[in-house]
Amino acid sequence: MTDSLSSEMPSHDVLLVGGGGAGLRAAIAVSEVDPNLSVAVVSKVYPMRSHTVSAEGGSAAVIKEGDSLDEHAYDTISGGDWMCDQDAVELFVNEAPGEMLQLEHWGCPWSREPDGRVAVRPFGGMKKERTWFAADKTGFHMLHALFQTSLKYRSIARYDEWFVTRLLVEDGRVQGVVAIELMTGKIQAITAKSVIICTGGCGKVFPFTTNANIKNGDGMALAYRAGVPLKDMEFVQYHPTGLPFTGILITEASRAEGGFLLNKDGYRYLQDYDLGTPQPKPVLRSMELGPRDRLSQAFMKELEKGRTLEGPYGPYVHLDLTHLGKKIIDTKLPFVRELCLKYENIDPVSELIPVRPVVHYMMGGVHTDIQGATPLAGLFAAGEAACVSINGANRLGSNSLTELLVFGGRAGRAAAEHALQDKPLSAGIEAQAADEKKRLEREFLHKSGGTEPIAGLRGEMQSIMEKSAGIYRTGTLLEEAQAKVAELKERFRQVAIQDHSHTFNTELTAALELSYMLDVAEAVVECALHRTESRGAHQRIDFPRRDDERFLAHSLVSHRPDDRPRVEYLPVTITRWPPGERVYGRPAAPAPPG
Amino acid sequence: MKPSTAYRQYHPKWYRTRVSTLWWSRKWSYLKFMLRELSSVFVACYVVILLLQLHALRGGPDAYQGFQDWLKDPWLVILNGVSFLFVLFHAVTWFNLTPKAMAVRLRGKRLPNVLVAAPNYVAWLAVSALVVFLLTRQG
Amino acid sequence: MAETITIEVARYRPEQEGEPALQSYEVPLNKDWVVLDALNHIKDHVDGSLSFRWSCRMGVCGSCGMTVNGEPKLTCATFLSHYAPGPIRVEPLKNFPVVRDLVIEMTDFMEKLQSVKPWIVRQDDPAPAKGEFLQTPEQLDEFKQFSMCINCMICYAACPVYGLDPQFVGPAAIALAQRYNQDSRDQGEQERMDVLSQHEGIWGCTFVGECTEVCPKDVDPAGAIQQYKLAATKEWFKSFLMPWSKQ
Repeated sequence: MTDSLSSEMPSHDVLLVGGGGAGLRAAIAVSEVDPNLSVAVVSKVYPMRSHTVSAEGGSAAVIKEGDSLDEHAYDTISGGDWMCDQDAVELFVNEAPGEMLQLEHWGCPWSREPDGRVAVRPFGGMKKERTWFAADKTGFHMLHALFQTSLKYRSIARYDEWFVTRLLVEDGRVQGVVAIELMTGKIQAITAKSVIICTGGCGKVFPFTTNANIKNGDGMALAYRAGVPLKDMEFVQYHPTGLPFTGILITEASRAEGGFLLNKDGYRYLQDYDLGTPQPKPVLRSMELGPRDRLSQAFMKELEKGRTLEGPYGPYVHLDLTHLGKKIIDTKLPFVRELCLKYENIDPVSELIPVRPVVHYMMGGVHTDIQGATPLAGLFAAGEAACVSINGANRLGSNSLTELLVFGGRAGRAAAEHALQDKPLSAGIEAQAADEKKRLEREFLHKSGGTEPIAGLRGEMQSIMEKSAGIYRTGTLLEEAQAKVAELKERFRQVAIQDHSHTFNTELTAALELSYMLDVAEAVVECALHRTESRGAHQRIDFPRRDDERFLAHSLVSHRPDDRPRVEYLPVTITRWPPGERVYGRPAAPAPPG
Repeated sequence: MKPSTAYRQYHPKWYRTRVSTLWWSRKWSYLKFMLRELSSVFVACYVVILLLQLHALRGGPDAYQGFQDWLKDPWLVILNGVSFLFVLFHAVTWFNLTPKAMAVRLRGKRLPNVLVAAPNYVAWLAVSALVVFLLTRQG
Repeated sequence: MAETITIEVARYRPEQEGEPALQSYEVPLNKDWVVLDALNHIKDHVDGSLSFRWSCRMGVCGSCGMTVNGEPKLTCATFLSHYAPGPIRVEPLKNFPVVRDLVIEMTDFMEKLQSVKPWIVRQDDPAPAKGEFLQTPEQLDEFKQFSMCINCMICYAACPVYGLDPQFVGPAAIALAQRYNQDSRDQGEQERMDVLSQHEGIWGCTFVGECTEVCPKDVDPAGAIQQYKLAATKEWFKSFLMPWSKQ
C-alpha cells in the first residue's frame, strides 16, 4: 500500500494538543495576536469534555481592597514550600486579575456580591479571600465560557476526537504531530510551525484520583519521548477530600464554608498536626484551611494511629457539613450535595461524608520558561501539563484555573510569534510520519498474540505507584517501584489487543494511554528517588527534613532510550522571598514585644 | 441508509435507526403531545361551525332555525362534545405552559410555577361565569 | 458467590455487521456500581472491543449519555441496583447516527451550537482592565439555569421533533442561545433571533417537554424555547405594528 501521508498533510501555524482550559485560552490568544494565523485544536475528546470541567472550588486573583499582589505571591510561594520560581509567581499574580476579568467579559457566570461585583471566597492556604467562583462548578463554567467564546474565531480549526501519538521533530524543532482520527482510524500527520501541549495531568497513573479517565499524561509523555525534560515530577498533589470509591472530589470550598474533618472518634484531628486550634468558624490558613499536602499527611498519621474508619474501599475519615445547614449547603455547595446524593447516596445536610486523600494534581510537567516555551524550538506547554513553575512543591487550591488562563495566554502569544517567523517544513517530516504509522500498525493495530491485558498492567502500575510514590515515600519502596515500572514497560511489549477495528477503537487508545502513563510513572519514580529530602508534597520517611542546601532546585528528568532516565537539577529562582518555615494556624514569627 | 452498504477503510459507516411510525405510542408524554397536535383539528371544527352559524344568522330567521335543528343531529352533538374535550385539553396544556414561557419575578425571587399559571385559570373561570350569567339572564 | 446482573449491550461493528445486535454479559451486582462501572468491567475483563465514551464519572463532562432500558441517561449516574434483578439493556442514544457500539455521531450538534452564537456579543467592547461588568445575583439568576448545560445530548435523544426532523436546532442549542440572551452583559439577542426565528429554530418545537424531563442538570430547555417563542412573537408584533421602531 502506498498510502501517502503527504498528499493530504494539513498544515497550520499553531497546533494545540489538548482542548481544555489552557488549550482554548491559548487558541484564542493566537487568534488575537493575528487573526490570519491558522490554529488547530487537536483533542482526543470534544473540548467541553476536557477535565477542566471537573474543577469545582474557584480561581484565585487579587481583586478586593485590602488584598495585595505580594500577599498572593507570598501565599503561593510559601504554599509551594519555596520551590516556586518567584519571577514566574510575580508575573502570575500580576496578570491573574486581568485574565479573570477577561473571562468575565467572555461570559463566565461568576458568583456576585449583591452590588453586582464579583464575589470571592476563602480557600486553603490563602491568607485573604481572593478565590473567584461560579458556585462550585467553576471549572465547568470557565471551560464552557472559553469553548463557546472560541467558536467565534473562524481561524480556529478543531480536530475533535483525534488522538495524538507522536510529535514530529526534525532539524531541532517541532513541526507537527501524528494523530489518529478516532471516527475513521485514519492515521494522519498534521504539520504546524508551533505546537503547544495542553493535555493536563496524569492522575490515572494512581488508583485513587479525582482525575477523569482521560488524564493519562499524554502530552508529558509526548514531550518526554521527544527529548524534552519533565520538571518536578515527584510532586504529586493529594487532595485530602475525595469520595473513597469513585475518587470524586469534594471541593475545598466545603471546608472554606466551614466543614470539619473528623476521625473515627468525631475529633477534629488536624489540631494534633501543627495546623492551629479548632474554632467554630473557618480561620484562613488554619486547621481545615491548611494546605493540601499537610492535610493529606495528617490523614496518613491518623491511619497509623488507627484512628481512621475502615470501609470497603480502604480507610477513610469524615467530612462534616451538617452544622452548616441546608441553606448554606444549597446555595454555596450545591454540587457537593448533588455529588453525594447521586454517587454516594449520602445527604451532607444530615450525614457525614466519607473522604480520603486522592491524587488530584501534578505540580510537575513539561519544563517551560515563563513564556511557556520548552527547550525544544517551537514546542510550548501550558496548564497542568506544563511546569513553569508557580506551584512548587505543593499547589494552592484555586491557583491552577488561573494558571491555565495566564500561561495558556502567554504560551499562545509566544507560539504565535514563533509561527510568524515562518520556517519551512523539513524534508524528513513525511518519512517520520510514515514511520509512525508503521509503528502503530506493527505494535497495535495489526498485532496479534499479545498476552498482557491492558487492565492488568494498568492495575499493577497503579498499585505500585500508590504504595511507593504516594503521600509518604522511602528509598526502598521507590527502588521497588523503579524495578516494577521497568518490568511493566517490558511486559507492555506483549500487550494484548483484541480490537483491530479502525472505527472508534478505544482499546487501541487505552493501550496508547497506558504506554504514556508508564513513561510518566517512570519519571515520577526517578525524580522521587533522587530527591533525598522532604518538601511539600514529596515526603521521604528516610529523609524527613527539607534540605535547601542541596535541593532548592527543580528536578529535570530526561528520557534516554534503553537506559534509565537522567535527572539533573536547576536552581529555583528566588527574588524577594528567601526560604522560610511554612507556618499554618499560628503567627509566622514570635510577636514583637510591646 | 441501507445497512448493507459495504465498509470502506477510513470512512465512517454510520447506522441510522429509523423512527418507527408508532413512536408516539411508547410514552405517555409523547402520546399527550400527539393528542395536543390532534386537538388542532377539533379547534378547526369549532371554527367552521362558528362560521356556518354566522352564515346562517345572515340568512335570516329561517336559515338560523335550520342551522339550530342541524346542530341537534346526534353526530354533531358527539362531534361538538369531543371537540369540547380536545379544546379543554388544549387550553389546559396551554395554560400550564405559561410558567415555562415567562419567568415571573417578585422581589428578586422567581414565582413558583403554580402561581404563574393560576391567573390563567382565574381569568378563565371569570369569563365562563360571565358567559353563564349572560345566558341565564336571557333565559 | 456474589450476585450478578445481566447487561444486554447493543454492539455495532461497522466493519463486520450491517446493523446493531444485542450481546449479553453477566456483571457483578455491586451496590456502588453505576451502569458505566459495569461497562468498564466488561471492557477491562471480558471484552476489550466494547466501545463507549466516558471521562469524568461525576456527571459534568457529558460524555457517557446512553439509552438505558429505553430511557436516555448519564450512565455514570445510573445505579445498577436500580434495575435489579435485571436485565439491563444499554443502547446508544436515540436520534443520532451510531458510529460504533455505544458511540454516537454528534458533529451536527456542534455545528448547531456554533450557529446560535453562544458567546457574549457587545456593540461596545470595553477593555477588561476597566473592571468587570456589574451583574447582580438576580441578573445572574436569570440565565444561570440555562448555563448548566453539559452538552450530553440526552435532550436530543428524548426529542421526537429532532428524531423526525434532524434540521431542528434542538433543545440544548436553543437553551444556550437563551443563556446568552438572558445574560445582562450580552447585546446579541437580535443576531441570534435571525437564526432562531427560522422554521427549524424555535418554531420547530411543538412543546413535547421531554427535554426538560430527561435533563440531568435541570436546565429546562423546554422553558427556554417557550421564552424564546414569546420574545419572537412580541418582536414580530412590534415590527408589524411599528415598522419604524426597528433601526
